[in-house]
Amino acid sequence: MNYLDYLIPLLQLLCMNVILAASLNVINGYCGLFSIGHAGFFAIGAYAAAAGSKLLMPEFAAAQPALALIACVMIGAAAAGLAGLVVGIPCLRLTGDYLAIATVGFGEIIRIVLLNTEAVGASRGFPGIVLLTGKWFPLWVLLFTVGSLYFIHRLMRSSTGRAILSIREDEIAARSMGINVRFYKTFAFVVGAFFAGLSGGFFAHHSQFIHPSNFNFMISVMVLLMIVVGGMGSQMGAVLGAIIVTLLPEALRFSETLSSIRMLIFGLIMILVVLWQPQGLMGFYRKLFATRKAEHA
Amino acid sequence: MSALLDIAALTIRFGGLVAVNRVDIKIEKGELVGLIGPNGAGKTTCFNMLTGVYEPTSGTICLEGKNINGLAPHQICSKGVARTFQNIRLFKSMTVLENLLVSLHRERGYSLAEALFGLGRFGKREQEMRTKAMEILRMLGLDHRAHLPASSLPYGEQRKVEIARALATSPKLLLLDEPAAGMNPSETAQLAKDIQKIRKDFDITVLLIEHDMSLVMKICERIYVLDYGQLIAQGKPEEIKRDPRVIEAYLGGGLGGEQHA
Repeated sequence: MNYLDYLIPLLQLLCMNVILAASLNVINGYCGLFSIGHAGFFAIGAYAAAAGSKLLMPEFAAAQPALALIACVMIGAAAAGLAGLVVGIPCLRLTGDYLAIATVGFGEIIRIVLLNTEAVGASRGFPGIVLLTGKWFPLWVLLFTVGSLYFIHRLMRSSTGRAILSIREDEIAARSMGINVRFYKTFAFVVGAFFAGLSGGFFAHHSQFIHPSNFNFMISVMVLLMIVVGGMGSQMGAVLGAIIVTLLPEALRFSETLSSIRMLIFGLIMILVVLWQPQGLMGFYRKLFATRKAEHA
Repeated sequence: MSALLDIAALTIRFGGLVAVNRVDIKIEKGELVGLIGPNGAGKTTCFNMLTGVYEPTSGTICLEGKNINGLAPHQICSKGVARTFQNIRLFKSMTVLENLLVSLHRERGYSLAEALFGLGRFGKREQEMRTKAMEILRMLGLDHRAHLPASSLPYGEQRKVEIARALATSPKLLLLDEPAAGMNPSETAQLAKDIQKIRKDFDITVLLIEHDMSLVMKICERIYVLDYGQLIAQGKPEEIKRDPRVIEAYLGGGLGGEQHA
């Protein structure tokens, strides 16, 4: 048995989840908006990229697989970003629970629309997506994952990032200090959607067959779990959370009972984290670090 | 030349309640003006209309002769009106310096692309913004706190950070909403000095809401008094102190001064 055949797709999936978690972290963690419709943007990215590579530029994909792959995932990201803009403008008037409900609705609408769109295979799914770049594909995934993390990191270290954070901290004060709150909320939402779409583009090429059921509500919940476990508002936390939530089901594989109740385990983890460590792993780490420092002082 | 701030017949209704009723306030450049009144008189509501949080039902607010009615808060901020909040509203988990940098966002002077790649004007402008923020902190004696989370500061210093953050927006008019609330007498005395120093150093006009009469009477050149949304008196501190309507509003009237506390 070749372990690489198991390991490489798993690591690819991990990379996609890292991008997803980091992108949701921009919306939920940094901007303080409560969005749980991330599967919707993921789906739009996947379908747009798949349509790009299979319907829009099949010849180009055959001739220049690397360029075509980049073009397709960027199409997916752009489509998701655009969807983020269209959804964000009306929905971001809502706050808190109401926004959460609206985003759940959005995610479901996307799934149901895809389920009924003949052009992308409707309920039969979208088959025959060519794995562009073949054996080099994992490297492209890794490159774009690192790139996404880097750009989100740079964004949050800039004035724009501070504007986004200030909205989470205190919206009214942010507004009075000259921050265009509605603009930056929408901006954060679009950035999150864009990277979720990017992840979706890779997912489509990775699985080569996508179906609306790949993008159900559980995916949104899973991504939320990643950032909750890792610690909201921390990029490192998002990465750690993605690793844990992606690898845990693999660790449970040895037991059929455990892996069949993995959703229960996820639920339990979420409850325990929220009860005992609402700041997630990164919050735990910071607390540990702070106590150490205090002991030294 | 028109006044820096000219409020005419400012009125706001919440349903049947007239919270502020036909208030006129005129402030010249460089003045330090107080706005006082019993609890619920409509002082903070006035501030909220001035900063665009509420839209007045009627009346006009002119800043340097230009109507700023109906503008969004961030637009009013860019016209040169900054404020502090009665109940402190700092960006708690951000550092003191970052709190000020948020206010400097408007003048960042670099594009998103430059920020993402760390190229062009990004590094230089960020440095300049930090220098400017540090300078403001130094003037208020907060520079040693710059890298601490805002929420970790003692209460009095948090109030000062609020003022510093408002100053970082480069305002022409600074609105202070009860800056001395919760301060002890020595802190209040220090605050009085700070406010006068700020006005001089930053060359700005200050409108101050305050309950602490010692502070208001000491530093304000003119005072407006609100009661139940109406302007009941205005004038120099000595005149206000003697004004029977003001005394009545504060101490209750109708009993000819025989009321016991």
